Amino acid sequence: MKETIQQFKNGIWYQNPVLVLLLGMCSTLATTTSVINGLGMGVSTTIVLICSNVVISLLRKVIPNQIRIASYIVIVAGFVSAIDMLLQAFLPDISNSLGIFIPLIVVNCIILARAEAFASKNGPFRSAIDGLSMGIGFTFALFIMSTIREILGNGSFLGIDITFGVYQPALLMIMPVGGFLTLGCVIAAMQKISNRSKEKGGSSK
Amino acid sequence: MSFTSLFSIALGAILVENYILVQFLGICPFLGVSKKTDTAFGMSMAVIFVMAVASAVTWLVNNFLLERLGLQFMQTVAFILVIAALVQFVEMFLQKAMPALYQSLGIYLPLITTNCAVLGVALLNVQSGYNFIEAVINGTAAAVGFSLALMLFASIRERLEFAEYPKSFEGFPIALITAALLAISFMGFSGLEVFK
Repeated sequence: MKETIQQFKNGIWYQNPVLVLLLGMCSTLATTTSVINGLGMGVSTTIVLICSNVVISLLRKVIPNQIRIASYIVIVAGFVSAIDMLLQAFLPDISNSLGIFIPLIVVNCIILARAEAFASKNGPFRSAIDGLSMGIGFTFALFIMSTIREILGNGSFLGIDITFGVYQPALLMIMPVGGFLTLGCVIAAMQKISNRSKEKGGSSK
Repeated sequence: MSFTSLFSIALGAILVENYILVQFLGICPFLGVSKKTDTAFGMSMAVIFVMAVASAVTWLVNNFLLERLGLQFMQTVAFILVIAALVQFVEMFLQKAMPALYQSLGIYLPLITTNCAVLGVALLNVQSGYNFIEAVINGTAAAVGFSLALMLFASIRERLEFAEYPKSFEGFPIALITAALLAISFMGFSGLEVFK
């Protein structure tokens, strides 16, 4: 149980895939123009991550070592195609606005990194937990990014206008420029916080 | 199809729709291998080659295999397999035929498989309904645009080592801010249309 909690802590904060490990940058930057898009991307990636982690961990003794990367990619691509078709059928709006970035989940480094670093060495239950915690960490980072960008760039949150006519939203923030700028500042803030807690830990000893 | 339409596809893919700075495809190698200009150059050459060949092969696979058999839903799986096989093949070919180039590209070759720009260009070619020549031109031009952004960014980043900035921004954050400034300059190209 303790281990499970530690895994969640790692996924969401200490080893957050986007903010600390710097994986999966493309989808992070491209899909965080609004909160709905960010959450849609986060949840679809999480589902793919859990499924692929479980299957890879079940097959870890069957897959020969030399062709493991290719096998992982095929497994992941299968799940991604399934998610792609499900979104097209049931949530066409999200599917349209995420566009090409849904099939591109295949090459999201987070999924291959977790397959290689965790699922290929651990049992299916722990791999599922790992997928879930990493997925939540990814979704969390996307949520922060998209909240900042949607409020500043579009003056709305979850599509509801919150400017009250007080300020003019800066369109720049939902353009590509805003993505780089926001991610840079969020990671800098993260480093500031972890530096400060390190200093505190050092002085109390 | 005429020369001017091909030219406008190429110019669009290099500047207006730059894969890194406008469409966010291929950010991982953009941030990962941009610390030195020589490695950035090696990566650029490898990506140009692979993207040009990948556009051609995936177009053939899509039109002569998947569409004939009605298997379009297998696109993602088929394309990623084609790209992985292609990268492996290129690696083996270079190792035998051009060992000097192979040495200088080093680990960047296998990394291209997970470069989203390669899979991205294959999928976008199908979505835009390009014919064979247009697809190859688009793939090559997109890769040239990728290299342009990568080389610019790498040369700025080399100078960044001597710049002063707050401690929290060390490493990736300052690189991302630099990329943001570069993206602003590429915004200047939006709206540029030639012969349309």
